[in-house]
Amino acid sequence: MKKNNSNEKKVIGKPFRKVDARAKCTGQTKFADDIVLPRMLFCKMLRSPMPHALIKRIDISKALKLPGVVAVLTGRDLPIPYGILPVSEDEHALCIDKVRFIGDPVAAIAAVDEDTAFDAMDLIEVEYERLDSIASIEDALRPDASRIHEYGDGGNVHKKVSLEFGDIEAGFADADLVREDVFFYEGNTHLPLEQHSAVAILDPDDKLTLWSSTQTPHYVHRALAKVLEMPATHIRVIATPNGGGFGGKSDPFNHEIVVAKLAMVTGRPVKITLTREEVFYCHRGRHPVLMWVKTGAKKDGAITAMHFRSFLDGGAYGSYGVASTFYTGALQTVTYEVPRYKFEGLRVFTNKPPCGPKRGHGTPQPRFALEAQIDKIAEELGLDPVEMRRQHLVKPNTITANYLRVGSIGLGECIDKIVAASDWKNQYRKLPYGKGVGFACSSYICGAGLPIYWNNMPHSGVQLRLDRQGGVCVMCGSIDIGQGSDSILAYIVAEVLGIDPFDIRVITADTDLTPVDLGSYSSRVTLMTGHAALQAAERARELLAKAAAEKLDVPTECISFSDRRVFDVEDAERGMTFAEAVQLAESKFGTIGTVGSYTPPRSPGKYKGAGVGPSPAYSYSAAVAEVDVDPETGIVIVERVWIAHDIGQSINPALVMGQVEGGVYMGLGEVLMEEMAYRGNRNVVHKFPSMLEYKSPTTLEMCDVKTILVEDPDPNGPFGAKEVGQGPLLPVPPAVVNAIYDAVGVRIDEVPATPEKVLAALRAKAQGKDGRFGPKSVPDVEWPEPIRVPTPAEGGDGKELPRVAVHS
Amino acid sequence: MTRTKSQKALIRFTLNGEPSEVAFAPHKTLLEVLREDLGLTGTKHGCELGECGTCTVLIDGQPILSCLFLGLDAEDREVTTIEGMAEGGKLHPLQDTFADLGAAQCGYCTPGFLLVAKELLEKNPSPSRNEIQEALAGNLCRCTGYIKIYEAVELAAARMRGEEVEPPRESIYGFEV
Repeated sequence: MKKNNSNEKKVIGKPFRKVDARAKCTGQTKFADDIVLPRMLFCKMLRSPMPHALIKRIDISKALKLPGVVAVLTGRDLPIPYGILPVSEDEHALCIDKVRFIGDPVAAIAAVDEDTAFDAMDLIEVEYERLDSIASIEDALRPDASRIHEYGDGGNVHKKVSLEFGDIEAGFADADLVREDVFFYEGNTHLPLEQHSAVAILDPDDKLTLWSSTQTPHYVHRALAKVLEMPATHIRVIATPNGGGFGGKSDPFNHEIVVAKLAMVTGRPVKITLTREEVFYCHRGRHPVLMWVKTGAKKDGAITAMHFRSFLDGGAYGSYGVASTFYTGALQTVTYEVPRYKFEGLRVFTNKPPCGPKRGHGTPQPRFALEAQIDKIAEELGLDPVEMRRQHLVKPNTITANYLRVGSIGLGECIDKIVAASDWKNQYRKLPYGKGVGFACSSYICGAGLPIYWNNMPHSGVQLRLDRQGGVCVMCGSIDIGQGSDSILAYIVAEVLGIDPFDIRVITADTDLTPVDLGSYSSRVTLMTGHAALQAAERARELLAKAAAEKLDVPTECISFSDRRVFDVEDAERGMTFAEAVQLAESKFGTIGTVGSYTPPRSPGKYKGAGVGPSPAYSYSAAVAEVDVDPETGIVIVERVWIAHDIGQSINPALVMGQVEGGVYMGLGEVLMEEMAYRGNRNVVHKFPSMLEYKSPTTLEMCDVKTILVEDPDPNGPFGAKEVGQGPLLPVPPAVVNAIYDAVGVRIDEVPATPEKVLAALRAKAQGKDGRFGPKSVPDVEWPEPIRVPTPAEGGDGKELPRVAVHS
Repeated sequence: MTRTKSQKALIRFTLNGEPSEVAFAPHKTLLEVLREDLGLTGTKHGCELGECGTCTVLIDGQPILSCLFLGLDAEDREVTTIEGMAEGGKLHPLQDTFADLGAAQCGYCTPGFLLVAKELLEKNPSPSRNEIQEALAGNLCRCTGYIKIYEAVELAAARMRGEEVEPPRESIYGFEV
């Protein structure tokens, strides 16, 4: 009898359909707004027309008298503050005394239909006392600026950080070239096609259920318990499939809390679905970041030291902003060797919709600055920009200067393959005027090493139930936002148990039914839920193998699982169906259920601020952009992007390809056109709260994408898998601006690189001035004394040096 | 300030091949009538201002934005929604290729894309990549970068022409160097 090759993967690495593909292609996926319940009320929120004002008086009496209005809430009904990060719980579901941006909600109405709720909004009287509004980073730093919040690091500075790893001055002294450059990356937004929506109901047993289009049901659950002052055990949060997230549905939102409260007050189901305009006010998108980078390099391009400063325009609330601030300084060290590194960052509050995490969270901005500057360094040193990068890559199994532990790094292979595929050597500096190619690399985390609130519990849990019919049910708190996380669970369990992924029932994102997973953010889901699923499946497999081995009278390790059968690996005909194996196991052990969980390894960094940046693994990408720049109009057309991505191991290559292409698309939108722009008095009225005016790439702007998958399995990934949801966005903006330089010889040090900016730089160049568009300087601020951490090379242990007491 | 509640209007039309009638407040858009009065939630909305293409349905075979189309104007017309795309339990070839290639990521814009692509292939069985891009230019997708959608349309077109074809290896495993 033929021996079965048990190492051959049947599911992993294969292009299976997603488990929800049929539902999505037949319109049967139930998104939050598709939920309709008997007696359901509709909610609208009245939003502030003022960017910054005190609420002097609010009168809801007329609205309450409108027939069809069932309840009206104001801020006093929900007095407890909340926020995604425990260090910045600065939001109220409805503003109480003060509004902080145009769109901040002040009242909420529940009515029998949406039209009545709309009408009732006109009947609420609000008297505001206008305050000075803060429109920009510079504005926020003015000593006389009125304060938006009463907490933070002084004035309108929300957070100010300073970290120093090694003696950077010695590094600069040792350099042959030191460059200082200033960059700006404009804010932009997620623009998911699905507007946020939530439905709440008071259950017959007096418990509360909330369905919501959220990427983080666990955090919403915690926020509801806090604000509603209810035991968490009486609240059930079900995340509905997200019609696009990209980070924009990762905060607990005011509308979720409001409909929950309205359901409790009215005893009826209450739904809210935001308008597109309101989605722009929810925002939590990419922070506008102003950056100053000083880098020292040897003649061969080796970096001797880097000093990076970032200034983030945070908008009106904290959101993930403290994490975002640290992220703008965290991942500079994981691509090229940076032996000494200093980071100073600050985030300010302004009277604009709050910024938060968008695909790449805080890292596309510094990556843009870093890769654009490296291009300039290579030119000044007379080196090929690709070869220079290639020579100085971080080595596998390294601890960087800022104590990030890099395991596998497939970046060298990414570079080599993309250079060959794109014919880089025959393109770069060899194309006619107007055409150009540009190169950039990047890296991203595969899940954050630390949870958002401090605890020692797993980041992801999976529960498996096997029934005697052979049915397998996998339960996990993770939420599918389109990336395919439900399918990843099914693929991994199917691989381990030798069954078909479509035999498996997947139940996810229901706080009553599924073990906690922290949520779909930080590119953590495949790695973390993957490990938890793998562990649960292996435990189930062990039970089945024991029972089958007893029956077949062979050692347990001789039992193999494949093609819905459980059999003797030496003689595949000696065996049974998978269902029969479950029956044997159930007879022997009782009902078969197992659990698995995953906690990331501890980070080597022990200093204050070491919590942001560590990850079990890092993905890598390299990209070449081919552009066509019209010197008459400044219009940049990106013809093609070549991208190589180090995925570790594809769990499903078709889905990996889709994530790469989607990431390239989003990076293209950011570099060419997308921006959260403001106008009006003091520049705080959103200019484009519509999809027509907020430009994003259609099929006519989207470029051709040539993707190369590099598989360098990481020991910390399930089957070696790393992330792909966010990393491939990162190299696109810098590759495009570097290509613009190759095409027409101007540096666009600001994103988006709109035609106006390209033309301005071309005109300046024609007049003999600096052929560059970008910010000229950064604000002069007083930075705190840095937290000093000796690097690993200096014998550091990851801890900061004791602060020297300063005597005045 | 109170709104006068207008009487419901009743229309007869063909919905996904079946004679149908529905009563609704006469100011409602076809999008609202489909979702709220007929319970067909497969038709999605992204802006309700005619900007994103998500709510596309077919009227007499032509794609229209149901958020800009009055329900009343559907009288005596043939309306096709995503719910009417599969034939019985058998998926339309476009639905199959969208599923196979991962052209539906979050799936929210998918019904609109599928219906526009269906109409395209009915009038042009062998569209070029450019023709596909032109046809789909009114539909926004934020997940896919459109590439898998083009590939799915091309694969379905080939299959509908009777060709026995599999997806190109490059679209699933990437470009091989």
